Amino acid sequence: MGWIHDELAAKGAIAALIRAVLWAVPILLLLIPAIWFERRLLGWIQDRIGPNRVGPFGLLQPIADITKLLFKEEIIPSGVDRFTYVLAPILALIPPIILGAGVPYGEYGLYQLLTPVSDLNIGVLYLMGVSSIGVYGLVLAGYSGNNKFSLMGGLRASAQLISYELAMGMSLACIVLATGSLKFTSIVHSQEQPLWGVPSWAPVQNWNILTPFGFLASLVFVVCMFAETNRPPFDLPEAENELVAGYHTEYSSAKFVSFLMAEYFAMLVYGTVFATVFLGGYNLLPFNWDAVATNAPALAGLCHAMSWLSLNLAPLWLVGKIAATVFVYIWVRGTLPRLRYDQLMNLGWRSLLPLAVANLIVVAIWVVAVSTYGPLPGMGIAIGIMLVGLVVYVNVVSVGRRKSDPLASRSITMVDVAPERLAIVEPVEPQPTGAG
Amino acid sequence: MNPNLIVFCVLATLTVFAAVGVVFFPNAVRSALSLVATFALLSVLYLTLNANLLAWTQLLVYAGAIMVLFLFVIMVLNLRSQPALDDRRDPKRLIGAVLGAAFVGLIGAQVFTPLFSTSDSILAPKDYGQPQAIGMALFTDYGYPFEAVSVLLLVGIVGSILLAKRRLR
Repeated sequence: MGWIHDELAAKGAIAALIRAVLWAVPILLLLIPAIWFERRLLGWIQDRIGPNRVGPFGLLQPIADITKLLFKEEIIPSGVDRFTYVLAPILALIPPIILGAGVPYGEYGLYQLLTPVSDLNIGVLYLMGVSSIGVYGLVLAGYSGNNKFSLMGGLRASAQLISYELAMGMSLACIVLATGSLKFTSIVHSQEQPLWGVPSWAPVQNWNILTPFGFLASLVFVVCMFAETNRPPFDLPEAENELVAGYHTEYSSAKFVSFLMAEYFAMLVYGTVFATVFLGGYNLLPFNWDAVATNAPALAGLCHAMSWLSLNLAPLWLVGKIAATVFVYIWVRGTLPRLRYDQLMNLGWRSLLPLAVANLIVVAIWVVAVSTYGPLPGMGIAIGIMLVGLVVYVNVVSVGRRKSDPLASRSITMVDVAPERLAIVEPVEPQPTGAG
Repeated sequence: MNPNLIVFCVLATLTVFAAVGVVFFPNAVRSALSLVATFALLSVLYLTLNANLLAWTQLLVYAGAIMVLFLFVIMVLNLRSQPALDDRRDPKRLIGAVLGAAFVGLIGAQVFTPLFSTSDSILAPKDYGQPQAIGMALFTDYGYPFEAVSVLLLVGIVGSILLAKRRLR
């Protein structure tokens, strides 16, 4: 075993391959519990039992599902654009798997050598870049189908993903600004510091979701995450009651499975990113156990054990956080109806993007104020500015918008139509019915 | 021939072929995809030059956003492959070919000699092309041009909204 350790320590080509395999294979394997989790949980939410026949608790059901789908007859319709038709599932499947290459799943001991796949200095940019490439799979699938429904699905996918990518980038920029680094490892490390604005004896860690601005950013990120993975309530590209099956209407068998798998991989990897950026990464609980042990010596034994667990079983806690995120995905899917297209665009451009940009400005002020005046006054200044901004918004902007157009929040006006071009519908007089 | 040069030559050849594909494919979607491939290969070329930030910004902005919008427009207009409208005896083709060859010669004369005369790979400085260095340069030395460009972009956005709204209220 010695040479493997040396190779890993030297960070050579074989070590890179090992790290990549150790990232990709767990993601592939997590697909099976994810499908099971989704089907059982949806069953319970919808007051059904769900699949419980194949294996204990139906745990082997995903294997049966995927086998069934793979062994269906593969039909390539004669009218499709062959090249893009074959290219699209590949382009859909690869980006979600390589998306999390910068995400670490442990730090202590051997984990330091095994993760992340590449500690990129531009980790967050890499994430955004790869996720933006993921659009092509959907768009090309929609185009190559040579069919109005799949074309509509592809169009919706491209518009939706571009719109939500902006807000997602802005919400990640808040965290990058607060951390001062684009590396995912630095983002996790900064979350192990004591919580900002809390006195130094408090053992709470600075998980981004616990800070007020990080919480706002995490809300924006979660909504964008749903939209980027095309999960309900944002599954407009494949809205089955409008578009048959949207962009994958013309796909069957293995190619259809790859779209299905791409969706699950994206869900899992975005869950990993969410856990890493907002939920403290691979740490078990947001407490600094050494500080707890110093402050409360009676709990020293417990703290030692928790610290050991947190360090040595780090990937397990990350998987637990991913499971929590996937739970939210399925919960929302079972609860909320699908958005209308105009609601989708309004939410992205008029609510999430301004919110994320305002949050970015507040975080910038916060960072400067904390470095100038210290943690607590800095937090006070930032929250004060945020409240002033909120009051101004509610009293001026929001009221003005509502006065000017009562339906403004419900419609997209891209091009104004002159009133004389609108057909005036004459009210029809009710005709007297027959001779009574 | 050192290995660096071989890698560069392979990547550059692929990039040029992808760029040629943009012009020569009759189908608009294929052309757009060639352009995406060109941008992706260009970003790989940037990566070989240690310009990580530039490479991923290129991929994010051009391949990830602008080309998706191009594809969106192509698909909305539903452009299929058109029958060729060009006239084979058009004198403009000859003039264009001569000017193109002259341009290639002009650039080649400048590029090829230094390209094949360098034997050693020059190592980049330690933080070359890293986000911290670029950020410091943008916001200190080049603060004024940076702000000017951002105002220019803002003017562009306002202008496009004005064009889209035919009648002002």
